[in-house]
Amino acid sequence: MAELRGRVRIAADRCKGCGLCTIACPEEVLVIDHRTVNLKGYSPAVVAQPSGCLGCGNCALMCPDSVITVERFGKQRRAAHV
Amino acid sequence: MTVVHARSKGLTDRETHYCPGCTHGIVHRLVAEVLVEEGLLNEAIGCAAVGCSILSYNYLNVDMVESAHGRAPAVATGVKRVHPNKPVFTYQGDGDLASIGTAEIVHVAHRGEKITTIFVNNAIYGMTGGQMAPTTLPGQKVTTAPDGRDPAHAGLPLRVAEMIAQVPGAAYVERVSVHNPAAVRKAKKAIRNGFLCQMAGHGFSLIEVLSTCPTGWGLSPIESLKWLEDNMIPYYPLGVLRAPEEA
Ligand SMILES: Cc1ncc(C[n+]2csc(CCOP(=O)(O)OP(=O)(O)O)c2C)c(N)n1
Ligand code: SF4
Ligand code: SF4
Ligand code: SF4
Repeated sequence: MAELRGRVRIAADRCKGCGLCTIACPEEVLVIDHRTVNLKGYSPAVVAQPSGCLGCGNCALMCPDSVITVERFGKQRRAAHV
Repeated sequence: MTVVHARSKGLTDRETHYCPGCTHGIVHRLVAEVLVEEGLLNEAIGCAAVGCSILSYNYLNVDMVESAHGRAPAVATGVKRVHPNKPVFTYQGDGDLASIGTAEIVHVAHRGEKITTIFVNNAIYGMTGGQMAPTTLPGQKVTTAPDGRDPAHAGLPLRVAEMIAQVPGAAYVERVSVHNPAAVRKAKKAIRNGFLCQMAGHGFSLIEVLSTCPTGWGLSPIESLKWLEDNMIPYYPLGVLRAPEEA
């Protein structure tokens, strides 16, 4: 298994499904899940490829609704996941 | 493990009424983050405008005053003169600032008021349903110009940052955009410079942020970012137009 570099989480109930995070991600980690609809009536972004996340934060920079949290793992934590 | 990004304490928990993908939300977040990082959150006083951002006082976690249409710089002037040591800012759209509020924005700069204006230019009146603004681009289709803005009778769009930059009382003027992550990083830096300029007592600062209005433009949020990059940036070039010597 590849090293885990980062972890991204989306508060799906508050997401408006705009997709700006999906095009900001260099690793195509995030996609809009057209099979679901949240309470606001939008199809939210979901983490489709968790292991691809670099922890770069680009998605969160573009989210107009500030519903994305990004963490980056240090070397130790990465090793634990190898 | 380091948290690279989490929701800023400078934002309230309220969900915004903005349309999906409207970049007003990004600009709100940048203002919130700068105020937190500069230790100004508990001190700052904002003046909200009329437009889609009219409810910004519900979303920014600072004390705010709602102003009459276009008059936020006048309200901010009053607030600053009562509280000369507090960071005071206005958050205004282009309909608000460049149309009904043109006199106020010119004269707040002219007087060199030590306040910071965050000017969100989305080239349209968003709130009222997509009418032409002074900033609407030539040929851009809006409800009041269904065939596109015709410069022959509507003139060419007003470049506010350039206009304000040549007013002697303006100390820091920059135009930025939020169409991709790199642009967002630069926009945050500009907003920080605006507030630092104010706190150093240099004079008036204005940060023009090119922003999207997917609903008014009739484009998807992703198409809107591209439209901004391809159409707005060539007419509204990005960069610092005025800065104090030492900045
Ligand atoms: C005195 C007055 N005139 C007109 C209006 C109608 N009005 C409300 S918002 C607006 C323009 C808003 O456009 P902008 O400032 O670009 O903000 P946006 O909604 O695009 O963010 C207008 C003309 C009003 N509320 N008050
Ligand atoms: S942090 Fe970077 S790599 Fe991870 S999901 Fe966000 S944009 Fe993609
Ligand atoms: S940018 Fe934010 S609101 Fe838009 S789809 Fe992504 S998580 Fe949802
Ligand atoms: S109408 Fe335009 S400016 Fe107003 S919230 Fe919707 S997208 Fe944003």
